[in-house]
Amino acid sequence: MTASGSARAVVRRGTAITAIALLGIAAVYVLAFDYTPIEARQGMAQKIFYVHVPAAWSALLAFSLVGIVSALYLWLKDPRLDRFAAASAEVGLAFSAVMLTTGPIWAKPIWGTWWTWDARLTLTLFLFFLFIGYLALRAALQDPAERARFSAVVGILGLLLVPFIHLSVYLFRTLHPQPIVLKPSAPSLPPEMLRTLLVSGSAFLLLYLGLVTIRYGLAVAEEAAEGRADAT
Amino acid sequence: MIEWLRLALTVAGKDVRAELRSRTALLSAVVFAALVLVVFNFARDPTALAAVDLAPSVLWVTFALAAMLALNRAFTIEKENAALDGLLLAPIPREALFLGKLLANLAFVGTVEAVTLPLFVLFFNVDLGAALPGIIGVTALATIGFVTVGTIFSAMAVRTRFAELMLPVLLLPFMVPPLIGAVQVTARLLAGRPLSEMMGWLRLLALYDVVFVILCSLAFTAVVDE
Repeated sequence: MTASGSARAVVRRGTAITAIALLGIAAVYVLAFDYTPIEARQGMAQKIFYVHVPAAWSALLAFSLVGIVSALYLWLKDPRLDRFAAASAEVGLAFSAVMLTTGPIWAKPIWGTWWTWDARLTLTLFLFFLFIGYLALRAALQDPAERARFSAVVGILGLLLVPFIHLSVYLFRTLHPQPIVLKPSAPSLPPEMLRTLLVSGSAFLLLYLGLVTIRYGLAVAEEAAEGRADAT
Repeated sequence: MIEWLRLALTVAGKDVRAELRSRTALLSAVVFAALVLVVFNFARDPTALAAVDLAPSVLWVTFALAAMLALNRAFTIEKENAALDGLLLAPIPREALFLGKLLANLAFVGTVEAVTLPLFVLFFNVDLGAALPGIIGVTALATIGFVTVGTIFSAMAVRTRFAELMLPVLLLPFMVPPLIGAVQVTARLLAGRPLSEMMGWLRLLALYDVVFVILCSLAFTAVVDE
């Protein structure tokens, strides 16, 4: 199969996964409005939780994978790893944008303010900036090998920066709701809410996979097209 | 190890000598820092906010901006006449080369800070008093941290279009932990608080320095070697 043919196959697979994920997210909307109880104190505003939290999980996953895959790239020098890191960063940026827009929409009625310099808000804002820096650097470099090496260095340093940002902003007292699913005791959510959240988490994970696959296929196609342009 | 340090010092010495012969960059950076201090004075309402309340942030934003300018030129000078290629042909371990560039940048930024601090005391009427050794210490800790990351990013940024924009976009997020720590410690020092209240921040700053000096020295190969 030619390079552009296999790229097309990858994109097609990605589109299929994305379509399933979007159906899943549609189901999450139905579940959130029909199935889950209305939270006693927050009312309808709490429903955004089923979008906000899974988006945040996917963004964090995307960011961690950029860092880990970047380290692997510097070790193995496999261009597939570089393509994956770039795709993951782009998709991660989109999820961060969802997280950073749904958060304030919820925070305004509940906290009475759109934004506050809470530890986790600040951390996610910096994830967003790090994604932008990573992608801006990629866009500003011409040579593919150089682009791969430089962005891998930024990916690794960025992953190591996260604990430092977290530690330093944590020392300002935090307003953010404490973790309710991944905490030592059992999750304190009603089962309907927890199930909906898990459905949503899976749908967002699938969406991440689908979008990364599409982006990966497009990168392969772009490289093939550049290769053809160079050959003629 | 000694040999390794000697090589790093040779590289740093080259940069320092080149800078001392022209002095233009150093002088501009010092003037720039002084101007930032002046601008800050007019960016506050003197009747509403006492200078001393704003002092730690003014000092650190000034240091950060001046460091950014200094770092921008660290590898621009190596780009002219392909000087970097010459440097890379020399039989120097990459880690020593990185350490040399780092030391030269620290000397540059340190000089700018050393001139800015008295100006800051003068303009903002801050009484450093017994806090001076502490402030010098925390300045060293924080500066080593962000200049280390800045040195490696500077080497990358010069290879891009819009290098002057690329460096701040990459570097500012990395400046945040050292800056928060430095501002907090400086504020406590100026208020005469006991050392125990700063230990957490000082540990964070020291850890940041250790982690990023090691990591950036190792990663530097990936930046300069094809």
